[in-house]
Amino acid sequence: MQASSVEIRKVNKFYGPFHALKDVDLSIPPGKVTCLIGPSGSGKSTLLRCINFLEAYDSGEIRIDGQLIGYDSPGRKMTGRRLREMRRGIGMVFQQFNLWPHMTAQQNVAEGLIRVRGLARSEAERRAAEALAKVGLADKMGNHPARLSGGQQQRVAIARAIAMEPRLMLFDEPTSALDPELVGEVLNVMKALAAEGMTMVVVTHEMGFAAHVADQVAFMEKGELVAVDSPQGIFQVPKDARIQNFLRTYHERNSF
Amino acid sequence: MDLIEQYGPMLLRGFGVTVLCWILGTIFGMALGLVIALVQRYAPRPVRWLIQVYIEVIRGTPFLVQLFVLYYGGPLVGLRLDALPAGLLGLTIYGSPYFAEIFRSGFRAVPHGQIEAARAIGMAEPAIIRRILLPLGLVSALPALVNFSIILTKETVILSIITVPELMYQVSRMSTETFRYVEANLVLALFFWLLVETISRLGRRFERRITQHLIERT
Repeated sequence: MQASSVEIRKVNKFYGPFHALKDVDLSIPPGKVTCLIGPSGSGKSTLLRCINFLEAYDSGEIRIDGQLIGYDSPGRKMTGRRLREMRRGIGMVFQQFNLWPHMTAQQNVAEGLIRVRGLARSEAERRAAEALAKVGLADKMGNHPARLSGGQQQRVAIARAIAMEPRLMLFDEPTSALDPELVGEVLNVMKALAAEGMTMVVVTHEMGFAAHVADQVAFMEKGELVAVDSPQGIFQVPKDARIQNFLRTYHERNSF
Repeated sequence: MDLIEQYGPMLLRGFGVTVLCWILGTIFGMALGLVIALVQRYAPRPVRWLIQVYIEVIRGTPFLVQLFVLYYGGPLVGLRLDALPAGLLGLTIYGSPYFAEIFRSGFRAVPHGQIEAARAIGMAEPAIIRRILLPLGLVSALPALVNFSIILTKETVILSIITVPELMYQVSRMSTETFRYVEANLVLALFFWLLVETISRLGRRFERRITQHLIERT
């Protein structure tokens, strides 16, 4: 599999007067899993959404395999067509799944193959079936989202993204909307994907996943990237007081 | 009995014209409303502003006045229409801003995340409109669309004042010729009740059909 790398340099983002991302620098190596952690409102999701330009950053650069995304040159937005071409190589999975409720699981996965990749319907449906089998849902292809559990819906959403054969996958809190007993099935699919050598950027509150699957963990707070380190460095020997504080709150909430 | 024999065919023809006016007025009005709603969503600001003025003017004036302006004022600017086409055009224009607002709220009911999901895989805007926004927006808009269509059935009676030979027109004729006001207006009420009941039943059945996959069943 071809895997992309991402270079984020001095990225800033404002919502009116609110400074949401402050001079963020981050290198995402190809074929590795990068987890973004930190308190709510720290800018993790915003940063992730800037990588495929669902959110426009205001200054700095985000390059995917060396190509600047969103802008032709500083301050000049790229055309819709160029942006769509770049997005083809980037899969995204959302907290709320965002499946299209009027289509079956198979149609959800085939839609992009037909409309974006231009495949014939029969070929698209064949590949959709393959992608759904890969996430363990071969028997649910004909179900509409309303007839699937949250975990199944999220796996369909992952199948929808990987059927497009992306070189980079973005996950925006993929398990935060799930009942606790359904989290595991989604994380397992993500682990399998990581094992195949996909470049993955994962915003998550699942510290277990970050500790065991991530190659690097980035900690953000108040729009700043506080630290990037190995999972060991972040979780075992955190140097920064803000990380220690965050982990302490996390442990207190999760102990009983 | 003589009354039915004498006026029955005329009233039935009138009802036919009423139904025709309603169907065409609704279809054209909805079509124009849909175009307006889409333009409102995607067009640049000055265009949107102009359309907003159109919406406010049409919604802010009585249908009766609009029809007079169109039918009697039209010829002054070279727009000469027969009663029926003028009536249909009037209904279309009158209904369009209401339909546009219904579509607009239907589109707003489509979760933004579902649009973003389409953008994220690289779908182009026309495909997103056709495949995601329209089907989902129409489902949300359907009850309100049926509701306004029912309101429109009763606006068709106003077409009688520009001599469109619809049911109200025939009923007035029968009343003035026979002085049987009560019977004539009972016929009017009966026919409208029949029409409205049919529309609302069809609407409900259609709604059930298109929402069957969208509702969570456990």
